[in-house]
Amino acid sequence: MKMNWQWEVFLQDPGGQYPTYLQWLMSAWGWTISVSVLSLVVALSIGSLVGIARTLPENPWLARLANAWVELFRNIPLLVQIFVWYHVVPALIPPMKGVPGFVLVIFALGFFTSARIAEQVRAGIQSLPRGQRYAGMAMGFTTVQYYRYVILPMAYRIIIPPLTSEAMNIFKNSSVAFAVSISELTMFALQAQEETSRGIEIYLAVTGLYVVSAFAINRIMAFIEKRTRVPGFIVSADAGAVAGH
Amino acid sequence: MNIDLSFYNWEIVRTFLLKGLYFSVMLTIVATLGGVILGTLLALMRLSGRKFLVAPATVYVNGMRSIPLVMVILWFYLLVPASFYALFPYRIGQNYRSEISAVLTFVAFEAAYFSEIMRAGIQSIPRGQVNAGEAMGMTYGQNMKLIILPQAFRNMLPVLLTQTIILFQDTSLVYAIGAYDLLKGFDAAGKNYGRPIESYLLAAVVYFIICFSLSWFVKRLHKRIAIIR
Repeated sequence: MKMNWQWEVFLQDPGGQYPTYLQWLMSAWGWTISVSVLSLVVALSIGSLVGIARTLPENPWLARLANAWVELFRNIPLLVQIFVWYHVVPALIPPMKGVPGFVLVIFALGFFTSARIAEQVRAGIQSLPRGQRYAGMAMGFTTVQYYRYVILPMAYRIIIPPLTSEAMNIFKNSSVAFAVSISELTMFALQAQEETSRGIEIYLAVTGLYVVSAFAINRIMAFIEKRTRVPGFIVSADAGAVAGH
Repeated sequence: MNIDLSFYNWEIVRTFLLKGLYFSVMLTIVATLGGVILGTLLALMRLSGRKFLVAPATVYVNGMRSIPLVMVILWFYLLVPASFYALFPYRIGQNYRSEISAVLTFVAFEAAYFSEIMRAGIQSIPRGQVNAGEAMGMTYGQNMKLIILPQAFRNMLPVLLTQTIILFQDTSLVYAIGAYDLLKGFDAAGKNYGRPIESYLLAAVVYFIICFSLSWFVKRLHKRIAIIR
């Protein structure tokens, strides 16, 4: 089979905001990266709080609330959550009306991922021997102190591998933002494919950029893992499940 | 603004939602069965130790797992040729192009994820079981079919089912090519009756109820299996 490549398509003028499709592609990549990185920040912050809340021994109601959070955001498809944030939330909560769609998508993706990160944080904390907690208590630490100085530093090191795949997932999941017209890579793929009819070249470029992004985040996490490694402490706990996307 | 769900009646449920639910469930079942079969084959290839089998299976699985599902859906929609759809009788191929393309995509895509689960399942079987089978004079095929795979399936059943729930949630992404699934049903009902807000909210509730009950069921199953073993 002879393929008739036409990579020049990227130098054509889409007749809009950008002089060439290549520049549009780069801008779309920028949107994908911004949405993913900001969602990751939201997901890590909320996921950590919710995950920690699920392991607090003296506060069962907080743990129940945190469990409910995880169940809620885990059992609704991401696309449905994005629609709810984009169409329902601004209509029901008047102050949210002026919030741009970009921010709403970050909330959607961030909250969705926070449930999964909370699960990993909880697993990481619970994989530590109970003696660590008691040792902290015996030292006279308050709950905040023994979490801060004893449990969390170890727990986060343990869950770096599953966090890595979650960070890569967030880049992949950001593609769902096309459904509410965020001009990220998938949106670009759909529109440019329709305008130029050179679907294969366009899709190859977009797919390549997704793979590059996921690989980059993978290397960054590997670097963090290496830099934070504690000599003599072997990270063995496989806190993440095999299933997932 | 007020939420008004009164416009939902049996007529709407029947014309919009059931049709979508039927396709979502059908897609989930076909993709699970096809994905597990294809995934098991991929796992066996990767564990075979023969380079000409290991390499293509590894490339396939890792490739699929590093691309967003939406892009895979778009790729299949773009690449499957019209001549394939022409194979279906009574213009089914033309009328249900998105749906057929979605089924192909999900089987191919989920196979990569199921293969990782099956690989873990096969590797969880103690080495002694393999040796025992071989000592009984069983061939590789007999050993796999009678000793290893049944145990691997059983060990991995909760994970396989969890993956199926994720798969059911992911079927909503066929929105990208306009296939008529459950979410599309809610979408269409909301747009037709000028009530998109209620419709999306109800979609979230329905998906939550389905997925939450399924996860609860899987959790119970997990406990039961754990006790028996």
